[in-house]
Amino acid sequence: MVDRLGAAFPEAVLAQEQFHDMRCFTVRKESLHDILRFLRDELDFNFLTTLCGMHYPATEGQEDLLGLVIHLHSFRNRHRIRLKANTPLKDPAFPTFTDLWPATNWMEREAFDFYGLTFTGHPNLKRILNMEDFPAFPMRKDYPLEDPTREDKNDSMFGR
Amino acid sequence: MSTGIAKPDFWQHDLVPAAEHKELNVLNLGPTHPATHGIFQNVLTMDGEYIQSAEQTIGYIHRAFEKIAERRPFYQITTLTDRMNYCSAPINNMGWHMTVEKLLHIETPKRVDYLRIIAMELARIADHIVCNAVIGVDTGALTGFTFIFQDREFIYEIFEEICGARLTTNMGRIGGFERNFNDIAWRKTKHFLDYFPKKLKEFENLLMRNRIFMDRCINCGPFPLDRALAYGFTGPNLRACGLDYDVRVMDPYCSYEDFDFKIPIGQNGDVYDRFMVRQKEMWESLKIIRQAVEKCEKMSDKTTFTADVPEWVLPPKEEVYNEMEALIYHFKIVMGESDVPVGEVYHCVEGANGELGFYLVSDGGRTPARVHFRRPCFVYYQAFPEMVKGIMLSDAILSMSSMNVIAGELDA
Amino acid sequence: MGSVREGMTKPTDIAPRPALGKPTIVPGPAGHEGAGFFATRLDDAVGLARKNSIWPLPFATSCCGIEFMATMGSNYDLARFGMERLSFSPRQSDLLMVMGTIAKKMGPILRDVYTQMAEPKWVLSMGACASSGGIFDTYSVLQGIDRIIPVDVYIPGCPPRPEQVIDGILKIQELVANEGSRRRYSKEYEDLMKQYKID
Repeated sequence: MVDRLGAAFPEAVLAQEQFHDMRCFTVRKESLHDILRFLRDELDFNFLTTLCGMHYPATEGQEDLLGLVIHLHSFRNRHRIRLKANTPLKDPAFPTFTDLWPATNWMEREAFDFYGLTFTGHPNLKRILNMEDFPAFPMRKDYPLEDPTREDKNDSMFGR
Repeated sequence: MSTGIAKPDFWQHDLVPAAEHKELNVLNLGPTHPATHGIFQNVLTMDGEYIQSAEQTIGYIHRAFEKIAERRPFYQITTLTDRMNYCSAPINNMGWHMTVEKLLHIETPKRVDYLRIIAMELARIADHIVCNAVIGVDTGALTGFTFIFQDREFIYEIFEEICGARLTTNMGRIGGFERNFNDIAWRKTKHFLDYFPKKLKEFENLLMRNRIFMDRCINCGPFPLDRALAYGFTGPNLRACGLDYDVRVMDPYCSYEDFDFKIPIGQNGDVYDRFMVRQKEMWESLKIIRQAVEKCEKMSDKTTFTADVPEWVLPPKEEVYNEMEALIYHFKIVMGESDVPVGEVYHCVEGANGELGFYLVSDGGRTPARVHFRRPCFVYYQAFPEMVKGIMLSDAILSMSSMNVIAGELDA
Repeated sequence: MGSVREGMTKPTDIAPRPALGKPTIVPGPAGHEGAGFFATRLDDAVGLARKNSIWPLPFATSCCGIEFMATMGSNYDLARFGMERLSFSPRQSDLLMVMGTIAKKMGPILRDVYTQMAEPKWVLSMGACASSGGIFDTYSVLQGIDRIIPVDVYIPGCPPRPEQVIDGILKIQELVANEGSRRRYSKEYEDLMKQYKID
């Protein structure tokens, strides 16, 4: 089954890995929408489990990358699959998947809220969990966890 | 005169002109509302009593779990998972432990699995009690709520015997449990299995064939199955729409394949079906707990409560004070210096609301590189505007409470 | 149907429960009494009436809300302290019980609810999250509601046991009983409100 994916999109699939019991494909972001449509219609992956963002901070080999991780599930074949696609931080645009599964509506908004990933074609791309005018994208690795303006917690006592 | 309210920008006018010389009303079902059982906001555009559209705002209790989890060692993240679906905290705890065990290739012995199942099914009963009692309250039937909450206290007592806490249990450890179930816990569990069926039947008799309840709930907010799948419904809400998808059967974990239980499904996904699915699931959970207790009694080994992984399981204190290796292991575990393989894993459990998934990416350090919680409430609450389009406000309130939206799980 | 514990075998290693005595009645205020009259301070009489008939507003946001529901249930019964009627409208309540984490997004709403309440009003902060941010020392959580509204009693715990909640309620009752009728007009109270920028 997974060979069909490789056969249909030969140049889009960049890497394939097997983690524990799940096969994981890293694909090019431009063909992500077509791949998902192919998986849903041809390979019977009818259920989108989750969609989340990732941030790979810059190392000496590569620049800052933002990633998108999608888990799909085929009920009939009892099979799960993971798809990953990366994009440079400077160009965080992805196509929206709300036309394939409406469940991705809020998942994409959450990815936008946390990482700044934009989804072209999304009906309502606003922040969902933080306040609308929140100035930064908090799940990125360079954003601190604690609120820097709080004055009642003594960082030295908390081991920070 | 208050100026501090965060008025959403889509709330431009209080009356929205519509076709046929009708004016639509805009009603704010605000974050603080007695009937929403959680803090999330809905701005409803209404044609009299009928809802035309709903704009949702969530995030009023966003506590940045995924960000906190990147700064905590694996065993400290259990306390975060407690607070997601706080009505059934042990299920979240066990799900997280199983995810980490999957990453670390730890296999738990059968007895640990059965003990976990007892805790998880008790938590499932506790959550369904809350949901069903609250559906009753929203139709006006407060008696069921006051009757059945007494039994929820008993489930809390069993949790206290197992782990010491009532609500945010932090139950279990990576590899098993922190201590064996003591005699009192077994005695209380067996007593629960004896007396709770009578109480559940009493609760059912109040509501299940009650004329008023049935008239309120049947055909209230029905949802077709294909839309439910497209919206990512899982759990009792999906089973009420007619599909028997249960993670315990689809991808069995924690030795659920050794147990014999049915999956109740509904027909048209309305409030009555969701109520009945949860009700029947409580009966099935009682069956599972009974089987687990019997299996544990039949086993000759009554002392194993954790897997044999000294790297991750704290040794007993007598050994720590007397033996060198135990001391070193204790130090390594508490300081988070045990070796963690690089990799990523996705594990899901059947939470009380649906498929609760944990996506864990590890880069070998003592804290995860990324943790993503696939929260069922967050996914299926998106369908609320479609579910309530064209129905009356009181039916919408009932739909919302029958979906069992728990704010902690919604916002994480 | 009988009690929950009916039919349960009693363990022999636990000490027997002390026998229940006669129920206690709330003692009256100190005063001078005679045939057909009772003279006391107005503040004491009003305080006694107020403390046993508080109308709370349960502002339940997360896990502490479920523990509050358990406290309101029949096992731990808050209604015996006079809190039979929960009001969800701030205009009709005396005690704002903030239970659960307050995120920064929720802060303005909490403040609005507080300002809509009529004097005299008291605030009870239940749980670690409402008192100080709790385990959530993050960018999105308000580190304690006393950053935006004045608080009278803090109940620590995560979540606090129902017995702790009852303890907190009893302390609130003490405050309500002993509050002078002039406190809300005093300079000290006005300064407190100014400090929180509530007018």
